Amino acid sequence: MIIKNKQNNFIWLGLAISAIAPFFFPNHITLLTYIWVMIILALTWDMLGGQTGYTSFGNILFFGVGMYVCAVVQRDMFSSGLDRFERVSEVVVSLNASEYFISLAVGTFSGAIVAVLLAVILGSGILGMRGHYFAICTLGLGHAAAEITSGIEYLGAGSGMVTPIYPSELLVGKEGFYYYAFLLVAITTFFLFRKIYQSQFGLALNAIRDNENKAESMGIHTTQYKIAGWSISAFFLAIAGAGVGNVIGFIDPVEIAFSGPTFGVWMIVMAILGGKGTIWGPVLGAIILYSAKETFWTYLLGWDKVALGLLILIVVVYFPKGILGYFKERKQLSNSILSQKGES
Amino acid sequence: MDLLSVNSVNKSYGGVIANIDVSLTVPKGKIVGIIGPNGSGKTTLFNSIVGHHPIDSGEIYFNGEEISSLPIPKIARLGMLRTFQQTHIYGKMTCIQNMQISSDIDANWKRVFNPFSKDVDEMVNELLAFVGLYKKRFLLAGDLSFGQQKLLEFAMALMKKPTILLLDEPTAGVNPTLINGLIDRLHQVNEEKGITLLVIEHNMRVVMNLAEHIYCLANGTMLADGKPDEIQNDQRVIDAYLGN
Repeated sequence: MIIKNKQNNFIWLGLAISAIAPFFFPNHITLLTYIWVMIILALTWDMLGGQTGYTSFGNILFFGVGMYVCAVVQRDMFSSGLDRFERVSEVVVSLNASEYFISLAVGTFSGAIVAVLLAVILGSGILGMRGHYFAICTLGLGHAAAEITSGIEYLGAGSGMVTPIYPSELLVGKEGFYYYAFLLVAITTFFLFRKIYQSQFGLALNAIRDNENKAESMGIHTTQYKIAGWSISAFFLAIAGAGVGNVIGFIDPVEIAFSGPTFGVWMIVMAILGGKGTIWGPVLGAIILYSAKETFWTYLLGWDKVALGLLILIVVVYFPKGILGYFKERKQLSNSILSQKGES
Repeated sequence: MDLLSVNSVNKSYGGVIANIDVSLTVPKGKIVGIIGPNGSGKTTLFNSIVGHHPIDSGEIYFNGEEISSLPIPKIARLGMLRTFQQTHIYGKMTCIQNMQISSDIDANWKRVFNPFSKDVDEMVNELLAFVGLYKKRFLLAGDLSFGQQKLLEFAMALMKKPTILLLDEPTAGVNPTLINGLIDRLHQVNEEKGITLLVIEHNMRVVMNLAEHIYCLANGTMLADGKPDEIQNDQRVIDAYLGN
């Protein structure tokens, strides 16, 4: 009980700091926004990758789909600017404040719904496969999506799209708005996922991770649980994608939306670094990895990728279960020793 | 009334014929044993019954319903559960969690995002005490000894309130003192909870003590069946075990 209170105090303190942080670092708001983005990415990856033990390399698909669907809705909802320009990638739509926020909300939600539908359709195809086979199947998802998008003129093809310009007449600037929007989404994701992991559903995911044959022979419809888990991840991942597209202001199929080597890999590394299969692990991993990445980039330019690689190497060698996984294991070990002492 | 009836089931893996024309019946509320030398097709028969793999020919009826081609989770939901020869438990979860997840979780989809109910927790404690693992309840199941894992697996099966339980060598790897306790518990489960048992067992003392009717498999065929003392004195069974 005491531990739980401590944890809650910690959460409140963290939230208070997060809420006022933009006022103290007005020049680094976008940087801080990305920490929330990273937390969402790591948390959503961990639902299947950590809690269910199904490593997915294709979650970036939902991120990009959310981004594109939202951008299309924002572009076409209030103006049909398409015919005024020769190339879709040059279309810049200017909206007034209410149009901007309505199209953003509708776009984000539609993006999330499309991502969930995709997760259900793809999931019923490939989530029947076990472990490594599923992982291999997901390898091409992001890349395929990037290739397909690059061929569709309606989506700007290879040159990408420009998201609408943030209305200028508002009290809250663009950076501030997206900071608090992502703060809200990240917190919602965190608390919802924590509730899920404490529920029967969460335990079913863990059971699949530990012994899927057993879970099946006990009457658990394992594939349905995996699909449901992937869909929940896809929902929040698409919301994150929709927001990131607007923060950057420009969407490109290979470098941004379906970018496997950046967002796609980071989400996996962050979750593993912090400790996969725990609720705090992905949060911790996201904060550490992103801070390290930015620090290295600032002070060790040219060697930043090397330094980041070294950090990951150290973690994998000395904390193969991640930072939180390491402490969890030690706690479990002392539990086990205590109970043996009590027995004899 | 026969709860489970297997009619001339054949099963082969490529060229290896594991079951040839195997038939057996398990009456409701009884304990039935299956014996046979290693490789005689006992576990294959179990796998066929619970739907682990499709059978080549024959029929399997459970409670009057044909289950020959149903998938594992469906058969499990009808009330037929099996335990494994090598223990199958959720190693990185505590004993309590192992038990909780074995309750009927998706009976109600609306409640799947809620924590487990008090009734489930009570049942968990009661059953863990029943198999003597209450003290170990906060430990990871993977840290238990092999014998304790077998007991846990047995308790997990009971969480589902099955009609029939198929036990694959419940006493293999369990120490002799624990075996006696296990036999008592199996009898208790059968008498008090009315759960029908179908048991594969190598330990003759156990199976003679437990079962009211015994089937003997050898080389994939049903060699003999009868009461324990009949089987004990059947020359064919003795020959099969001694390798004649």
